[in-house]
Amino acid sequence: MTTHELVETAVSPPPSRSSRKRQDTIEFWLFVGPLVLGLLAFVYIPILWGFVLSFFRARNSVTPTEFVGLENYLELFGDPRFLDSLQTVIIFAIFIVPVTFALSLGLALLVNNAGVNTGLFRTIFFIPTACSYVVASLVWKTSLFNGLPSGFANNILWAINEINPIAWVNTADPPYYWLVLVTVRLWLQSGFYMIIFLAGLQEIPRSIYEAAMVDGAKPGRQTFRHITFPMLRNTSVSVILLLFIEAFQAFDEFRNILATGGSSGAQILARPPLVYLYNVAFQDQNYGRGAAGAFVIAALIMVVTVVQGRLFGFGRREHQ
Amino acid sequence: MKRLALLLSLLLVLALLVACGGETAEPAGTEPAEQPADTSAESSEAAEEPAAEDEIVIQHWYHQYGEEGTFDAVVRYAEEYSAMTPGVRVEVNWVPGDYFAALNSALLTDEGPDVFELQTVTQDRIEAGQLEPLDDLFEGVLDDFNETAMQRVIIDGTIYGVPMIMDPQFVYYNKSMFAEAGVEPPTTMDELQAACTALDTGRVKGLYLSNDMGSTSYLLYMTTWAANSDFIEGDKVVFNTPENVQMWEKKKELVDSGCLLVGATTEWWDPGALNDGLTAMQWVGLWAMPGVVEALGEENVGVMPWPALDENATPSVWIGGWNQSVNANSPNVEAAKDYVRWLWIENPETQIDWNVGYGFHVPPRASIAAQADALKSGPAAEVLDMLAPYGKTTPVTWTGAMDSIYQDAHSEVLLNGADPAEQLAAAQEAAQSELDALLNK
Repeated sequence: MTTHELVETAVSPPPSRSSRKRQDTIEFWLFVGPLVLGLLAFVYIPILWGFVLSFFRARNSVTPTEFVGLENYLELFGDPRFLDSLQTVIIFAIFIVPVTFALSLGLALLVNNAGVNTGLFRTIFFIPTACSYVVASLVWKTSLFNGLPSGFANNILWAINEINPIAWVNTADPPYYWLVLVTVRLWLQSGFYMIIFLAGLQEIPRSIYEAAMVDGAKPGRQTFRHITFPMLRNTSVSVILLLFIEAFQAFDEFRNILATGGSSGAQILARPPLVYLYNVAFQDQNYGRGAAGAFVIAALIMVVTVVQGRLFGFGRREHQ
Repeated sequence: MKRLALLLSLLLVLALLVACGGETAEPAGTEPAEQPADTSAESSEAAEEPAAEDEIVIQHWYHQYGEEGTFDAVVRYAEEYSAMTPGVRVEVNWVPGDYFAALNSALLTDEGPDVFELQTVTQDRIEAGQLEPLDDLFEGVLDDFNETAMQRVIIDGTIYGVPMIMDPQFVYYNKSMFAEAGVEPPTTMDELQAACTALDTGRVKGLYLSNDMGSTSYLLYMTTWAANSDFIEGDKVVFNTPENVQMWEKKKELVDSGCLLVGATTEWWDPGALNDGLTAMQWVGLWAMPGVVEALGEENVGVMPWPALDENATPSVWIGGWNQSVNANSPNVEAAKDYVRWLWIENPETQIDWNVGYGFHVPPRASIAAQADALKSGPAAEVLDMLAPYGKTTPVTWTGAMDSIYQDAHSEVLLNGADPAEQLAAAQEAAQSELDALLNK
């Protein structure tokens, strides 16, 4: 008998092993059961249902009617609008991921080294994260970047050099709408990833910097390149992963900035797959094809994640 | 300690169950389906307290109308009916934003609205079994309804909706700006181009066709007809004509000339851009008339149909509008039909109020239209005169999926400079496969 068990027998009368176990099981399911039920009902069953649906004809109905095999998938890849949307989102991801990464890392370094008022700056940069994508999109579209002479951006251009008003959202050439779409996402996301980088920065032991200092390293570029950045590798890899997933799931700002009332509007300028699939499912009411598209996007995200894991070694230990 | 934790967690689960049960109990109250209104009234009198269990709740969905007072009006109609019909309560759901997306997903469930609005009754909804036939509501009054309005609700001889309002869409213009620039109302696309350029002063633009510069489906209906073309003939999609290609080319020229207003904070259905003097012409619907008259003064408000492609074609006006339909899957079909009959067949006061009390609409019934004095003078009367020669509406086989294809093709031309002939040919092929899927089912 170990000391531990001795103490326990002394404190309470020994319950029989099996009844203890049963009670534990009941408690486990009481706490976990509702969560599992919720996950099943709202996540796993819908996913499975969607998967089944993607092989059926389902127009104006989410009940599978007629088995059509791969027809929904073939139709999807036969639709130039879907292929365009894939191209759009890939270009968007290739651009937005490194830019957000660099910006949030830069902000984190600045805030971390601010010395005074770190908390204040951290809060200021983090606040946009709490704003909804829809609200921010509408502010960007109707106030900052509207096409009227009275718009904020147009006012500034006029003040600088009497530049004529620009229709930011609706000008295809040059594609000013990307400026609107990219800035709103940067504003919304950078603060959040800055916090993650800050946490990563604070994990780095000071002693390493001190040791480097003793060896004659200069603070600044040298320590960043040889200490800070390598020590942030796990943080960086997870930030890139999350950024890629979010980029592929782009929807809110694209739909709210480029769509107009009762029409597809300027959507064709930059329509990510989720906006296309939303239209297919909820406007055209072709739920079979919509479900098929959702699985194509899921597969795409998985492929990118796996490839990235291989490239950067996600989950490998930091010091290896 | 462990016992206490167990007890607490049991209580928590119990509370959750009760809370969830409460939610499911509510729709269960609406279950007694085919029970006629009068018997449930008796039973509620007999019971000690008004029995909510026997009460039929009719969910009535509207899209969000922009004009002031419209929401209060529909709530008033609902309350009036609930008060005069024991055992029935009408609940209004005013849907902001994307009404059709919300409606379509609600119709997939058992708890969709009982009564809802549609623009055109389309065949895909019939195939999906969403709509209840309403022929019996029209007994004795069918002749009173406008023919174009009825075209939008009849499929294979069965009526699936009661027209509430007709909404002609056309172009408004500011007469004093026209006079200043020495421009006459254009009747062809070339004249429209010239007028638009002449009216563009930089700060005030010539024409506003929404921020997508004119790819919204309703505008495309008008431009297609104004190019001597149509959408569907029999089982064939037919919009790809040489004239329509020319129309798309002319619209692209209009965009390229830079005379269009782009980037306004309001879209086409809101006359804000015209009222604020940002543009000399704007495409809107009749509903905007009271607001436009108030902003510009009646003597300044001009109206015209969408200009024809050339002298050989006819200008056009799209006659849209909203119809009331009943959900075929509703547990309260009969009660819902009674409500619709009261609201849109038997009750002239409501119909006049709804058609001209807020924004302006054309009453689909001749007897009601005769009483709508607000439409008998000024620019509104001019609009009514345009309906017979220029007014058209889309066929019931033209669905939302075809709209998406057509709009996207047009956007490709206007925004990305794609070739109109190629886009129209590809769009016609894609729309044809949608139509085939619809008809072969």
